[in-house]
Amino acid sequence: MNRYRIRTTTSRALLLVFAFIMSAFFALPLLWLLTAPFSTQANLAVKIPETPSLANFEAVFRNKFAIRALFQNNLIIGGGVMVLVASVATLASYGLSRTRVPGRDVLVYILILFSSVVSGTAAMVPLFLLIFNLGLIDTYLGVILVMTGGLLPSGIFIMRDFVDSIPRSYEEAALVAGASSFRMFRDVAFPLVRPGVMVVAIWAFVNAWGAFLIPSVLLRSPEHMPASIAFYSFYTEAGTPNLTLVSAYAFLYTIPVLLLYLIVNWRFGFRFFGGIKS
Amino acid sequence: MSQITFENVVKRFGSVVAVDNVTLTIGEGEFVALLGPSGCGKTTTLRLIAGLELADQGRILIGDRDVTYLPPAARDVAMVFQDYALYPHMTILDNIGYPLKVRGVSRAERARRVTEVARELQIANLLERRPSQLSGGQQQRASVARAVVHQAVAFLFDEPLSNLDAQLRLEARAFLKHLQNELGVTTVYVTHDQAEAMALADRIVVMRLGKIMQIGTPLEVYRNPANTFVASFIGSPPMNLLSGTALVGQGQFVMDDETVIDMGEVYRRMSRPPLDGQEITLGIRPEHITIHAEPHPHAIPGQLYVVQPMGGETLVNVRVGSKLVTVRLFQDEPPALPDQVWLKPALDASFVYGADGERLS
Repeated sequence: MNRYRIRTTTSRALLLVFAFIMSAFFALPLLWLLTAPFSTQANLAVKIPETPSLANFEAVFRNKFAIRALFQNNLIIGGGVMVLVASVATLASYGLSRTRVPGRDVLVYILILFSSVVSGTAAMVPLFLLIFNLGLIDTYLGVILVMTGGLLPSGIFIMRDFVDSIPRSYEEAALVAGASSFRMFRDVAFPLVRPGVMVVAIWAFVNAWGAFLIPSVLLRSPEHMPASIAFYSFYTEAGTPNLTLVSAYAFLYTIPVLLLYLIVNWRFGFRFFGGIKS
Repeated sequence: MSQITFENVVKRFGSVVAVDNVTLTIGEGEFVALLGPSGCGKTTTLRLIAGLELADQGRILIGDRDVTYLPPAARDVAMVFQDYALYPHMTILDNIGYPLKVRGVSRAERARRVTEVARELQIANLLERRPSQLSGGQQQRASVARAVVHQAVAFLFDEPLSNLDAQLRLEARAFLKHLQNELGVTTVYVTHDQAEAMALADRIVVMRLGKIMQIGTPLEVYRNPANTFVASFIGSPPMNLLSGTALVGQGQFVMDDETVIDMGEVYRRMSRPPLDGQEITLGIRPEHITIHAEPHPHAIPGQLYVVQPMGGETLVNVRVGSKLVTVRLFQDEPPALPDQVWLKPALDASFVYGADGERLS
């Protein structure tokens, strides 16, 4: 009895230590991101600065290249990918869910598999050639199209679960009530899958927001570069980062994503009534 | 209000024939129930009328209009679904008003007509709520209101009562029948519950494996079931079906376990009697058998199995050979019976079915 109690106490203590180490591992970088931008010294310590200052942000805002990358290029690319992925994934998953296509599930799985295995680095050369021949090198559109293509299979996969969870009788009721297919989709089907659309939209936006490889390959001129690449403007010529400026820029970099999440959550709410099947 | 006509309609799903060459006319203002076990094609038949499925062969007419290939919106029918299908993101007002909205009726006119219908259906106080805030019975009324609100040429009901509890179901059944009597709109009602079909319909269409087994008024299908399927499906408790051999010469019926029933004049009165030695099925309703404690002429012996008091009536199960026969007594007091009893079927009210299950008369 006693020994048993000692054993459980020990194992619980060990578990707590392990949990603490794991949380610290993930939490420290985030805490650093909250303290470092307001500190005047460049180091990696997590410490609340004694004299908080906004000098780092002033320096960042003087860097016109980085600011345009963040507040113009990233928003255009992220917004474009978000709109395109969300709308195409919604329509495609709706179609896949509601029509009897032989081999439909196999098709979806093959798409997912290909997009996760083949895309990325391996597909960079063919994608570059494709975009080059389309004359879309160094354009936002080229980057948006390639990223959309990469995200769509997974987006469709996520969306399809939402669409599948909506009973068809809602749509049939609207059709019998006299609605055209388009009207039915607008009035009934879309409002019902909207939580799923929001999930996919935010997921696509976050993915595009953090993308580095595709824009760095497909874009040429500095004025088109997104923020992930603009980070390098806070490095010295010798290649060492200016940590205070990088942290301040990173701080700004996270704000739009957080804002988008909060706005969508406030406006539509992430009611996960789709996606998880009961 | 319109007549609905099916001409040799076939609907297949892959290799399964869901509706197999169905020809049927549903009269103007008539209340017709499509009755059958699951998978018999009754729901598919309803969805063919609604336009939610398209026929592979044949023609469907609503009134004089050939609607076989028209989309649901062009058919101008109203449908009530099993799960009610009330749009969860709209209020009850918007739900009921939706058929009017898609027809371009103004907001004010919509509100007026919805309120009028809702008042008749006693849900006027619920119009601002969402479907999830309503009870099952209220949701059912709201979905009926949505069907009634625009003047559809026909009402289609797809098992609208199966999600209600037993007591509410009886209440809703009376309400639906009353509503249909009042509106006089052609109604097609799908159900697997024979009591529901009997209670509601002017005519019942009994279906099995995509085919129509019998069409008739509730009393016709009850009194004269055309085949063993209808005989076993209509009536609760179902008809006793005894299989055996016809000995026409001796005027006897020999059950599979050698029990002999004296058929008296039954074979002689038939215009199409079975052949001597033919396999037949004898059908007798539980209320057409009397039960006796003493041996009785023309009675067959059996062992008392159980007595089930039902309130107004009593059901007695008797083992005859390997077969369990049900007897229905219209008395509330369960009879005192010995283990050995004698059953006397009222042969005038019995049915003779051939080996193919079709009635011989």
